[in-house]
Amino acid sequence: MDIVLEARGLTKRYGDFVAVNRLDLTIRRGEVFGLLGPNGAGKTTTILMLLGLTEPSAGSVQVLGLDPARSPLSVKARVGYLPDQVGFYDTLSARENLAYIARLNGYSRKEAGSRIEAALTRMGLEGVMDKAVSTFSRGMRQRLGLAEILMKHPELIIMDEPTLGLDPEAAREFLEIIRDLRSEGITIMLSSHLLHQVQAVCDRVGLFSKGNMVLEGPVDVLARQVLGGGYHITVEAEGDAGLEAALSRVEGVQRVQRAGPTRFVLEAIGDLRPAVARAVVEAGGQLFALASEAPNLEEIYARYFQKEATNARAA
Amino acid sequence: MLAQRSTSASGDAAAPRREGSPWTGLWAVVSKEMADYLSSTRMLILELITVLTAAGTVFTATAQLRETVGQDRFLFLRLFTTSQEPLPAFVGFLVFLVPIIAIALAFDAVNGEFNARTMSRLLAQPIYRDALLLGKFLASLFTLALVLTTIWLLIAGLGLLRLGVPPGGEETARLLWFLLLTVAYGGVWLALGILASILFRQPATAAMAALATWLFFTVFWGIIAGILAQILRPVRIGLPAELLAQAQLEQALSRLSPNVLYTEATVALLRPEVRSLSFVLPSQLQGAILGAPLPLGESIMLGWPHMVGLIAGTILLFALGYVLFQRQEIRA
Repeated sequence: MDIVLEARGLTKRYGDFVAVNRLDLTIRRGEVFGLLGPNGAGKTTTILMLLGLTEPSAGSVQVLGLDPARSPLSVKARVGYLPDQVGFYDTLSARENLAYIARLNGYSRKEAGSRIEAALTRMGLEGVMDKAVSTFSRGMRQRLGLAEILMKHPELIIMDEPTLGLDPEAAREFLEIIRDLRSEGITIMLSSHLLHQVQAVCDRVGLFSKGNMVLEGPVDVLARQVLGGGYHITVEAEGDAGLEAALSRVEGVQRVQRAGPTRFVLEAIGDLRPAVARAVVEAGGQLFALASEAPNLEEIYARYFQKEATNARAA
Repeated sequence: MLAQRSTSASGDAAAPRREGSPWTGLWAVVSKEMADYLSSTRMLILELITVLTAAGTVFTATAQLRETVGQDRFLFLRLFTTSQEPLPAFVGFLVFLVPIIAIALAFDAVNGEFNARTMSRLLAQPIYRDALLLGKFLASLFTLALVLTTIWLLIAGLGLLRLGVPPGGEETARLLWFLLLTVAYGGVWLALGILASILFRQPATAAMAALATWLFFTVFWGIIAGILAQILRPVRIGLPAELLAQAQLEQALSRLSPNVLYTEATVALLRPEVRSLSFVLPSQLQGAILGAPLPLGESIMLGWPHMVGLIAGTILLFALGYVLFQRQEIRA
């Protein structure tokens, strides 16, 4: 897999304030990478630097093998960018808005026409093509923004908070589109603070805090790192006093919590349902239900910052 | 010259050359912005005001001029310069109308894109900031030129109808130069408006700042120039040389105002009998036939420094805005 985006020691300072601190980042072709972190953690600044829209204080960036500072035109022609709270010219129609962008990209009138129709149709906006954008809902604007990007046939798409402010249904649809794009082999980078959404579409995530990328990797790897597993197994079983001890003896189980008279929640390093079932039976218990839950990004996030805070207090 | 500077904002200062032309996409910006202007309500209002003043002044001027038809070689030029109380001449109107039109066109050029959140989307396209800013300036300049030309033709047409005398070749040439001069004068205020739209995020603030500058030059600068001249070149004994030095300094200072430059150059172009825009001593007038018109070339020479001054002012203001815009962070 070849490398689409690479940043080395990327730093942005505003006076004394360090917005992004020595960021190293590599994204490979076909990946969906999620940039996570609270507001003000440096996500947008990072994205602007990757696009060459703001000048890094230090470090280097390679996008599609090019330096965005030296070859901004080639980079911008091949990368699609969806800013947070994307705006359009309200008095123009959807088609006219895209036509302007097409002209800026230097497409011929004929090519622009077919690209615009295709992109708007794909985003389900074919019925409102000639309506003024002022009549569009937030979700429609977001889709129009994505249509603009698709019109460019980009190799890399960078999205800043793409689902912010969308209603749950619109957000779900939007994530569905991201998955579709991924299956077409387009590399995607998105930033968000809505963790469960990111978890649903990202192959790999990077966790931002105060300008530093503190954690990076696939969600389950991070879960093992931070939570030491992160799988939750819920067991409903009846048995004698030895049952809880038997459950905690299962290899890979880190903690057993009693959540009710017949209900236990196990923290484990993986999906250990078969082993847990065996343990219940061997301990002479009766098993009613068994459910496993994959590690949760929200929990990783919360736990990580909790740890940070504890460390900070200790120091 | 301007293009190279922006490397500092958009990338590595050591990079010897940027990729491609800085003007990629320029005409796309120009045509989009012009289409916006021409279909906007604000344009309609401005056109209406200007057409009204044009018609009003022409009608009063022709009423007066009809009586002297046949006696004046430059009858047509008088259309623009004849005033009748309480209305000033059309030229007098333009001195303050052009800045207002220009500021109204330009005050939200850049901050408008930020406020509509379209700026980051635009700059993510394969164009440089150079093209965006120059495109916006050119679009507003072309729009202004279009408005002024329309009015110019309107006055000429009304004049033809009311006076029944066609303009001569020299008159037409003088009027064309006058049109160019007026566009150059508008350029200064457009550049100022765009500068304000870069400096201030709120369009209302930008408009107020630009209008305040206009008011400063229209009302206060003349007074300040007089006071400065009195301080720097005081008249101690009352020698003619002292008086002259003070008056000359005052005039030099007042010419920092684009309004003064425009008015003086207009006088040179539209009143062929004017042979100097500065002080003329009686000794310099020896042998001159007073009231005899200057040839066109000489009149242009007379107003030429003023025209150059206006263009230089435009470039200076635009360059300042350009540097600031290149360094501006995209983030709101």
